[in-house]
Amino acid sequence: MTDWFEVILLTFDATLRVSAPLVLAALAGLFSERAGVVDIGLEGKMLAGAFMAAAVASLTGSAWLGLVAAIGVSILLALLHGFACITHRGNQVVSGVAINILASGLTMVIGLYLFNQGGQTPSLINDARFLSIELPGVELLSGIPYLGTIYKELISGHNALVYVAFAMVPVTYWVIYKTRFGLRLRAVGENPNAVDTAGISVSRQRYLAVICCGVLCGVAGAYISTAHNAQFVRDMTAGQGFIALAALIFGKWRPVSVMMACLLFGFLDALAVRLQGVVLPVIGEVPVQLIEALPYILTVILLAGFIGRAVAPKASGIPYVKER
Amino acid sequence: MSQSNSEMPFWMDALLLPFLNIMTAFVVMVGIFLVIGVDPVEAGEILLFGAFGYGEGIGYTLYYMTNFVFTGLAVAVAFHAGLFNIGGEGQAYLGGLGAGLVCLLLAEWLPGLLVIPIAILGAALFGAAWAYIPAYLQAYRGSHIVITTIMFNFLAASLMVYLMVNVLNDPSKMSPESVTFPDSVWLPQMHELFAMFGVEIESSPLNVSIFLALLASVFVWIFIWYTRWGYQLRTTGSNASAAIYAGIKPPRVIVLSMCISGALAGMVGVNEILGVNHRLMLDFHVGYGFAGIAVALMGRNHPIGIILAALLFGVLSQGGQELAFEMSNITRDIVVVMQGLVILFCGALEFMYRPWLMKLYLASKGENNAQEVTS
Amino acid sequence: MHSDIAIELTDVSKRFGAVRANDKVNLCVESGTIHGIVGENGAGKSTLMSILYGFYQYDTGHIEVFGKAQYFNNSREALAAGVGMVHQHFMLVEPFTVLENVMLGNEGGKLLKEGRIAAETELKRLANEYGLAVDLHARVSSLSVGLQQRVEILKALYRGAKILILDEPTGVLTPQETAELFRILESLKAQGVTILLITHKLQEIMAITDNVSVMRAGTMVAHRKTSETSKEDIAELMVGRKVLLQVDKIDANVGEALIKVDNLTIKDAQGVERVKQVSFEVKAGEVVGIAGVSGNGQSELLEALSGITKVNSGSMIINGHEVSRKKPASPERMRIRGLAHVPEDRHHMGMVTSFSASESSILGYHNDKEYNGRFIMSRSKVRDYCRKLMDAFDVRPRDPDLKSANFSGGNQQKLILAREMERNPDILLVGQPTRGVDIGAIEFIHRRIIEMRDAGKAILLVSVELEEIISVSDRVLVMCDGVITGEVPAAEATERELGLLMTSSDAQKEVVA
Repeated sequence: MTDWFEVILLTFDATLRVSAPLVLAALAGLFSERAGVVDIGLEGKMLAGAFMAAAVASLTGSAWLGLVAAIGVSILLALLHGFACITHRGNQVVSGVAINILASGLTMVIGLYLFNQGGQTPSLINDARFLSIELPGVELLSGIPYLGTIYKELISGHNALVYVAFAMVPVTYWVIYKTRFGLRLRAVGENPNAVDTAGISVSRQRYLAVICCGVLCGVAGAYISTAHNAQFVRDMTAGQGFIALAALIFGKWRPVSVMMACLLFGFLDALAVRLQGVVLPVIGEVPVQLIEALPYILTVILLAGFIGRAVAPKASGIPYVKER
Repeated sequence: MSQSNSEMPFWMDALLLPFLNIMTAFVVMVGIFLVIGVDPVEAGEILLFGAFGYGEGIGYTLYYMTNFVFTGLAVAVAFHAGLFNIGGEGQAYLGGLGAGLVCLLLAEWLPGLLVIPIAILGAALFGAAWAYIPAYLQAYRGSHIVITTIMFNFLAASLMVYLMVNVLNDPSKMSPESVTFPDSVWLPQMHELFAMFGVEIESSPLNVSIFLALLASVFVWIFIWYTRWGYQLRTTGSNASAAIYAGIKPPRVIVLSMCISGALAGMVGVNEILGVNHRLMLDFHVGYGFAGIAVALMGRNHPIGIILAALLFGVLSQGGQELAFEMSNITRDIVVVMQGLVILFCGALEFMYRPWLMKLYLASKGENNAQEVTS
Repeated sequence: MHSDIAIELTDVSKRFGAVRANDKVNLCVESGTIHGIVGENGAGKSTLMSILYGFYQYDTGHIEVFGKAQYFNNSREALAAGVGMVHQHFMLVEPFTVLENVMLGNEGGKLLKEGRIAAETELKRLANEYGLAVDLHARVSSLSVGLQQRVEILKALYRGAKILILDEPTGVLTPQETAELFRILESLKAQGVTILLITHKLQEIMAITDNVSVMRAGTMVAHRKTSETSKEDIAELMVGRKVLLQVDKIDANVGEALIKVDNLTIKDAQGVERVKQVSFEVKAGEVVGIAGVSGNGQSELLEALSGITKVNSGSMIINGHEVSRKKPASPERMRIRGLAHVPEDRHHMGMVTSFSASESSILGYHNDKEYNGRFIMSRSKVRDYCRKLMDAFDVRPRDPDLKSANFSGGNQQKLILAREMERNPDILLVGQPTRGVDIGAIEFIHRRIIEMRDAGKAILLVSVELEEIISVSDRVLVMCDGVITGEVPAAEATERELGLLMTSSDAQKEVVA
């Protein structure tokens, strides 16, 4: 009994850790796409962020400085995306692809130049990382069966960025739905003409949105290299940016649903790890790749309209041109 | 109206603009070289020598070019129908699977001369099938083809890992790859071909797939501009309401063009699996699909332009390899950076110089003519 | 009564490239009145209004609002001066609530909470004062068109508009909604709001305005007090007394009916009936003209007849073949049945502007054996074919390789007409054959249409140009609001009579009554 409890608890614990960067990246995409700028460059921004975080943390010994650097580089890439798509009305998809490829190459080239370790950063010492935090009250609750363990294992004991990630969900919700900024951001993604005739600059609003996207992608990147791992290695985001994109669609561009989608996809990932090589009764050995592919399969099915309808913000992907 | 408003002469649009874009990418590249302490002149020399300086280098350049031609054509065909196929990666991967499966299943039973065409067909079929589903979903269910093709890239990757680890792997090897095909189904490599005629050239992975690429270019050129199907495809891509008026059914055109696009991308599998690796393996396709977008954009979606752009990408790939080999402080990732810059400046920022060029052009044409253009 | 002036325009001009959209326009609007601006499509009304609320900037001239000289760089400045606009296509964010839409741009603080209560109170006050009741928390996408329009009005008022511009406000409304709108406008006027009503419906002008200004071809041609004028008077000012183009024609030699339309109903994608139980016939050897202000179902009728859109109920018999909901047609099949179609909008449908002329010259006939082998389409044969068309219809320059976009409007149109006519169809549908076409080409095109008629073809002509309809057709049907409101023999038709029929569907009569 307790054995199963332990297994489930650990799987959920892993789910949280795997989901955290997905939540951050998906919320980043939410800011951008709700403002009408399609962003398939989440992956690239995360990767650049991960590299900068590890590099700066390694050079300065401070995880926090690493985080700041990660956010900085991610914003720069976001602005590049904005420059191409908002100012020059370039193709948003091509721009995203370019940023992904650039990030993949530049991180290695600069990594090699800085550290001469084949593109990787040196392993980070603990001070230069985000370490687990024990929440208050663990001792107090430890006596209570189950609840105490759940609190200790599942709720407490994560690094700061996990808490940041999940705190960003209500924050995003609040910004998007409760503030002037959010109202204008959503409006610009649905009907930029309405925003323009209300005397608000469409470009400015979209630039602000991609900057928000940059900030969150930077945090996600820092999480991957300085919290979840202890160094930067080649292409270490490994498609998480695209999973986040899938979660964004799966969550229909709404913060809480997006988080649920991230948790679902994170759970599938944790499950895949746990089931690696395990032979289950009746089913036999589960192909891990199938579980890993489920986020993509589910998203395709959703997009095809077989389970509900995912309607993107109406103006997303379309550069704004004042009509004549 | 807004289109005809900004009309530039052909040479500006098709030659000068891409040239300026490329130069910008190179300038940024030089900047990066300076930052990481590499002499850009020396790097340029090594790069060019690596790509053109000796037989083997040229062979590699053309071998890389072959792949870029295939994916560039794939993107272009879809583009003419108004579609954005960024699933070239997955389609190329599956194409390789198709070719490989045919070889694994038939090579022992049938003569190579028979197996090779079937394997090529298999590559085309698998690539097309992988494009068919997103196309169908776009045409009949309205799901956005960009997102579905991205998803299908990852699905292809998962499928291949599963197959290579669990089903098709050679138990005698540690790595996830299949047994090597009998050499009856190996595509003749160029140095072998030349040797048959008594000419000796340096050995390289360059194989007869390059002829297939040139053939595919001719096919695309004829198909798009010299057949009624190509006509329907271009009409749908340029003006969907005019297509409907003309009795063309856009959903059918979408499916057809994506299948052709997928089949072309699948040909990467022929070059890689039948031509070079001679066994199924992982990740032989990486990067070609995405680069195809830039190749098509730079080549203005025309086969001749695509061949030239593919050559540029081939040069960057091979020259970059050479650079990584010659200089200790550079790895082959420099190739990726160069590709990224080209995609950025020739793709996403394609029109950065356009307003500026337009102004220059109109100024040179004079005010009177400018008004004629707008009316 | 109201002596002060809300808006005064002096010699305002605006050009787009070579097109003079507004040419030295003068206008004076008294405060607290409803001022109508009428004119045909393309007369420059919308451009003028866009200048007034700051979307476009005028080139030359002078504008005063409430006695103060103004040059609006954007709509925010116009709003600040008290000018608000209700667009023809609503500028609303559909997934937003009414309240959110109204607040957008005027949120009253960084947090929505801060401004919300104030906004709600203010909106309730406005709603009471002007009778503009609407659920503030309803999603705009769930509201009817009439209510959405009300939101637009609320939006403008909330932002402090003292002058309200309404661009074709009734075009999308039901008769009941129109009546409701007019009631609202009256109450706005009673509260001192100045209203500029842009329309081409004379009934509305007569029903609600105090003054009316008439525009034609970018210029202001007349100002009248509504009480001192008549519909007939305005209709004449609107169309102008142009020199009638003489089209020589012999009497029609009419044969059997090749188009028989019976109780035809067509709905658009939103499920709105655009053509309502229409019945008519077109016989071999005659030209039947359909007159009407654009957007009254003519386009939908043409598209159904040519097989592009589906029929919802009723039937049509085209050259002996029945088409109905159960027996759908396609453009391809219609062409085989001997029907040719010159679409209303040549850039949207008639040609592919990025194609060469030769490629555009086979649109719809691209499968023809004449230039298609088994696989290969012979470009030289297509080019020859195009040259043949160009010769027959005197298309200039006679260059099959020139991009379609680079021909003048008249020559583009001639090329399309050549494409559709030279295959000797039994039935020809022609939409707006001379829109944006120079005088010389107009004459040529009219002559060709008459020649086809004399060759015993059945021709259906849709045009917003009454003069064209009268001079080319044998019979004239008038369409308004999806219904055929009258039929007049062309020989007896006058523009004034048609103008009245065009604006007088039963529905509108109700409103006015």
